[in-house]
Amino acid sequence: MHILVLAFKSMMNRKFTIALTIFSIALSIMLLLGVERLRNDARESFANTISGTDLIVGARSGSVQLLLYAVFRIGNPTNNVSWESYQDIKRQRLVAWTVPLSLGDSHHGFRVLGTNLDYFRHYRFGGGEALQFATGVPFADVYDAVIGADVAKNLNYQLGQEIVLAHGTGEVSFMQHADKPFRIVGILRKTGTPVDRTVHVSLEGIEAIHVGWESGAPRPGLSIDAEQTRQMNLQPKSITAALVGLKSRLAAFRVQRFINEYPEEPLLAALPGVALQELWDTMAIAQRALLAISILVVLVGISGMATAILTSLNERRREMAVLRSVGARPWHIFVLFVGEAGVVMTLASLTGIAALYVTQLIARPIIQSQLGLFLPIHPPSTHELMLIGAAVSAGLLVGLIPAYRAYRYSLADGMTIRL
Amino acid sequence: MDTQADAINIQNLTFHWRKEGAVVLDLPRLLVGRGERVFIKGASGSGKSTLLSLIGGVLLPQSGDVSVLGQPLRALSSAKRDAFRAEHIGFIFQMFNLIPYLPIIDNVLLPCRFSRRRRLNIERRGIGLRDEAVRLLEHLDLPATMLQRPVTELSVGQQQRVAAARALIGGPELVIADEPTSALDADRRSGFLRLLLKECAEQNTTLLFVSHDSALEPQFDRGIQLAAINQAVNEGG
Ligand SMILES: Nc1ncnc2c1ncn2[C@@H]1O[C@H](COP(=O)(O)OP(=O)(O)O)[C@@H](O)[C@H]1O
Ligand SMILES: [Mg+2]
Repeated sequence: MHILVLAFKSMMNRKFTIALTIFSIALSIMLLLGVERLRNDARESFANTISGTDLIVGARSGSVQLLLYAVFRIGNPTNNVSWESYQDIKRQRLVAWTVPLSLGDSHHGFRVLGTNLDYFRHYRFGGGEALQFATGVPFADVYDAVIGADVAKNLNYQLGQEIVLAHGTGEVSFMQHADKPFRIVGILRKTGTPVDRTVHVSLEGIEAIHVGWESGAPRPGLSIDAEQTRQMNLQPKSITAALVGLKSRLAAFRVQRFINEYPEEPLLAALPGVALQELWDTMAIAQRALLAISILVVLVGISGMATAILTSLNERRREMAVLRSVGARPWHIFVLFVGEAGVVMTLASLTGIAALYVTQLIARPIIQSQLGLFLPIHPPSTHELMLIGAAVSAGLLVGLIPAYRAYRYSLADGMTIRL
Repeated sequence: MDTQADAINIQNLTFHWRKEGAVVLDLPRLLVGRGERVFIKGASGSGKSTLLSLIGGVLLPQSGDVSVLGQPLRALSSAKRDAFRAEHIGFIFQMFNLIPYLPIIDNVLLPCRFSRRRRLNIERRGIGLRDEAVRLLEHLDLPATMLQRPVTELSVGQQQRVAAARALIGGPELVIADEPTSALDADRRSGFLRLLLKECAEQNTTLLFVSHDSALEPQFDRGIQLAAINQAVNEGG
């Protein structure tokens, strides 16, 4: 025990260099934990985005692509699903509910989603939680809008405020549906999913703003005002995608086959869990590379520590001889140096964990708004503790090198030091 | 422990550092009695420090026997020899005796961390360890007011006196000093020696004092010229 006290006092005598070593290893451990946390929590956040939906239906493309645009509001669909096909699917005996999704417009960079009230009834996220209103009510009128929590917060919107939707999904849109403004009637509670970053309107609302836009742009010289539009038939001719809930999970494959082999038009039904896994797998290589890099950075930090200890070895040979003369065993000398590595690694781990939480507190809002990932702040998981344990073990293992040299020195030198 | 045995009894010792290397020491016989204060002189490189390491049990001779206080060192495992050294022998070196990151008091108390016996020797007298360290330091002319200073701020002479206090603390039977005065100027040299001899006399400690400076020899009970008893051909000098 007392030899560890000596190790500690010796380190206090070299505070500055030791602090630098600890700092660099702490940073590397923070990076490692950060990457791991991002990997795991991002996966969880992904998986939490949609739950309770048995199938996602869209035009035939890839299931990852369908998942991305229908659920994550990333990218654009290649094709639509006709209203008739949608109705047909909805009528299937095994289908319990459907939610139509119509995408393609935006508001200040936030996607606009056309849907119906079934969305608020059936959409589930996390462990099966339903959408809840922070204030207001679902849309009832053609020109009503319900906005997600982030939309409200970032744009500082209140109930009753009027907003103008933009055609297309670019951040900067030149074509505005300025003649048909929408009124905010509801603001949703935070969900930690892309819902927070969505402006929800009725399918009829989407139809209404596109009256006269059949070619993709307003027909020149012909403008039908908002009130006139109300009187028109606003039933959509197509939707972008649909979420489908089944009466029994067991039916998923049968309904999926039915949709995939739908004779009238090429459709795709994807199982959300499978598509999420597939999406995750496409990112696996990048993730592994990131993990490998952060492990390397930790190793660089550790070898820096070993170098520092090795460098101090020569000037400490006299100290070692004095300790031997008062009865220290070569083994004590060994512990003196391994103990130093142990203290460095322990302090570096603690500092690294602390730094991780500080960084997370700062970066969380940014990651949330830029990547749509909701990363919770939680105590270190067993997995993370194991990683830290591995780093500390690696540090101790590398610390054996200078310790072993010190041990050899003290055996060879005895009490006579020849420098 | 045989309290009647010689402090040091060396028989037919030979030692060489490297396997095929030259024999550094070849001592048919060396006896030092209990309480004796012996001066060992010899040129630099003649094997004085090597001899002290052999007596301290840090090294073992290739042949022959070293007994300290009646204990044949060869009979002990290396761990036991390290413990034996901590219990019974105090060392003073030429310079850099002190651990730079420990306060003066902790440097003096270092042997007590490794030796229970030396700790008990003090506690049995009803004295605290720190008090004993302060007492010794005062005897060696280091006033208590100095004790807060980092050891790196001490002069060489003061450092050597701290080292002497460390060698003496807990009353080891044998103190071995390896050229402790060679870094001191003439005045301090005799001052240091006087204090060391006085303290050893008080504790009835056997003192083995090594130097190449024969001017100090008259103050000892006995002087030994290493070259005279060492039969190894010695090219040191
Ligand atoms: N740790 C060591 N390893 C190898 N050779 C050594 C070691 N220490 C001393 N020697 C050699 O042993 C001989 C005696 O050295 P030493 O005992 O230090 O002499 P002295 O103390 O009388 O100056 C010298 O030739 C020296 O080179
Ligand atoms: Mg010497």
